[in-house]
Amino acid sequence: MVELVSFIARSLVDNPEQVDVQRVEEDDAIIIELRVAPDDMGKVIGKQGRIAKAIRTVVKAASLKEDKRVTVEII
Amino acid sequence: MRSVITTGKTLEDAILAAAIQLAVQRDKLEIEVLEEPVKGLFGVFGGKDAKIKASVMQSMGEVTRNFLNELFEKMNLEAIVDVTETDDLISVNVSGPKMGILIGHRGETLDAVQYLTGLSVNRESKTYKRVIIDTENYRKKREETLIRLAKRLAHKVHKTRKKIVLEPMNPFERRVIHSTLQKDPYVITHSEGEEPYRKIVIALK
Repeated sequence: MVELVSFIARSLVDNPEQVDVQRVEEDDAIIIELRVAPDDMGKVIGKQGRIAKAIRTVVKAASLKEDKRVTVEII
Repeated sequence: MRSVITTGKTLEDAILAAAIQLAVQRDKLEIEVLEEPVKGLFGVFGGKDAKIKASVMQSMGEVTRNFLNELFEKMNLEAIVDVTETDDLISVNVSGPKMGILIGHRGETLDAVQYLTGLSVNRESKTYKRVIIDTENYRKKREETLIRLAKRLAHKVHKTRKKIVLEPMNPFERRVIHSTLQKDPYVITHSEGEEPYRKIVIALK
């Protein structure tokens, strides 16, 4: 899931080398933390969070088989 | 994107060297000049070679196919990607054993993948092309469902003389409803609210 989020983020931003994705494991959930360059925040969030929502939708589809809930947080 | 850095006495020499190394025609190369050549004294002393970076140009269709292949691989989704490209449209058909996952609830996932692909493919390109992704004829079937829904609801509005507000829909789906009822003699349609919650209202004329 880290690779998926990283790939999508890198394909949207101007500074792909500054994309950083970490996986944080909790008891009942997996949190994917996405960090990008400050200038690129808009590129992964979008107007009214439209891009962020699309990323979350794709991740949700890809994690159907996981037994834990997977959430994406943009930090 | 495949690329190499080459040098040569002239820019032309460097470009030819790149074309040979990458094994493509030179008009398929995108050239970035890293260092202009400098002629030395008497053409011998203190001259400097030209240095360029040459990359193989890809059509937007190829970029789209590469993007989706990698995306599906990372989603662990077995899929075959078929791309058709025209002047202003990139149309993609995806097939595979588990396309239900790609479609998602009411096409939600398919729309998300289509949106992200469009952004990514158009990001570095000078021309804008709309990207449409479909699988198992989902969009066509959805269009037919919406046309039936529109006609049924128009009939209801006409009979009950009360307006109906529909669920939020994306621009494509709203367009289908508007155009279906455009010539309806009894009702008129318009949209209310802000994206992504914009919804259609069917009202009496």
